[in-house]
Amino acid sequence: MRARKLGVLLALLAIMAGEIPPAAAEYADVVLNRRAEKEGMRPVVFPHWFHRIRFRCKVCHAELGFKMRVGANDFNMADIVEGRFCGACHNGDIAWAVDKCDVCHSGKRGLPTGIVGGHETGGPGRW
Amino acid sequence: MLVSISPARLARRVFLAACALASLLASAQSWETLIKDGIHDPRGPAIKQLQEPGDALSKLTPDNAGNMVRWVQSLEKNQINPRANIRPDTKIQVYDADVLLNLKGGMPIVRFPHRQHTQWLDCTNCHDELFKKEPGANKLSMLSILNGEQCGVCHGAVSFPLTECFRCHSVSRPGQQKPMPTLPIAIPPHAVPPK
Repeated sequence: MRARKLGVLLALLAIMAGEIPPAAAEYADVVLNRRAEKEGMRPVVFPHWFHRIRFRCKVCHAELGFKMRVGANDFNMADIVEGRFCGACHNGDIAWAVDKCDVCHSGKRGLPTGIVGGHETGGPGRW
Repeated sequence: MLVSISPARLARRVFLAACALASLLASAQSWETLIKDGIHDPRGPAIKQLQEPGDALSKLTPDNAGNMVRWVQSLEKNQINPRANIRPDTKIQVYDADVLLNLKGGMPIVRFPHRQHTQWLDCTNCHDELFKKEPGANKLSMLSILNGEQCGVCHGAVSFPLTECFRCHSVSRPGQQKPMPTLPIAIPPHAVPPK
């Protein structure tokens, strides 16, 4: 009897433990590391959640021309300094300028480019 | 000193304590802190400067998936006011028409609302590369959606994930039981009103 109760208890604990998500990046965080680390910088972390509080998707994905596929946007710091891609806002006018390198280049070294923080689906194959 | 306690009472006490611990852990893990999220360099200078997801997202309408935030509802309730353009000459278009999809399938019919999508997106984000404009011209499949194509370009990556079946499959067919609302796996802690 006691053993059975203990068994039920352990099962409940296991279910509850299973519902606690593991430590992970925020849903839709993007790591950009096509060039950064090769050029001695930390990878860039782009948080979608932070940006969509402030801008609708269409600002970056229509006005600025960011394609909606990780790895599809090939740009470098020269583009940004000249006001393209991130540089349309990160110019000291709308958002902090490129002199604050470490705020964007804030990722862990060694991370590959990709979208992370996927939910229960685990992320579709192509991501 | 030994106090006798029945096994049933002991089990109940242990279970309640475990519940309290689990809810504590869940509330701590709703949004991971940047220092522990696995992608930020915990020794980098940005860790102390960047906004924490929990600080911003806990103030918005709660959800049980994705960013744990109902982005459309947060926008409609003016909890956020994201800019629609940064160039003054950009034409901002919002289109209000629902499209019913999956008319012959077994799951409830999909109601695609243009309005909520165009509040966030521009027409060109979907038309005409991802989807043709003519009704019936797009061959949709869950397999390609789950592969990150079609609706899956956003859903499953940045907008609410593909676990939330009935948010899209929301219109029941004749004789079909009313579709179940997606059940929260766990009520997010910020959804519980403070005592």
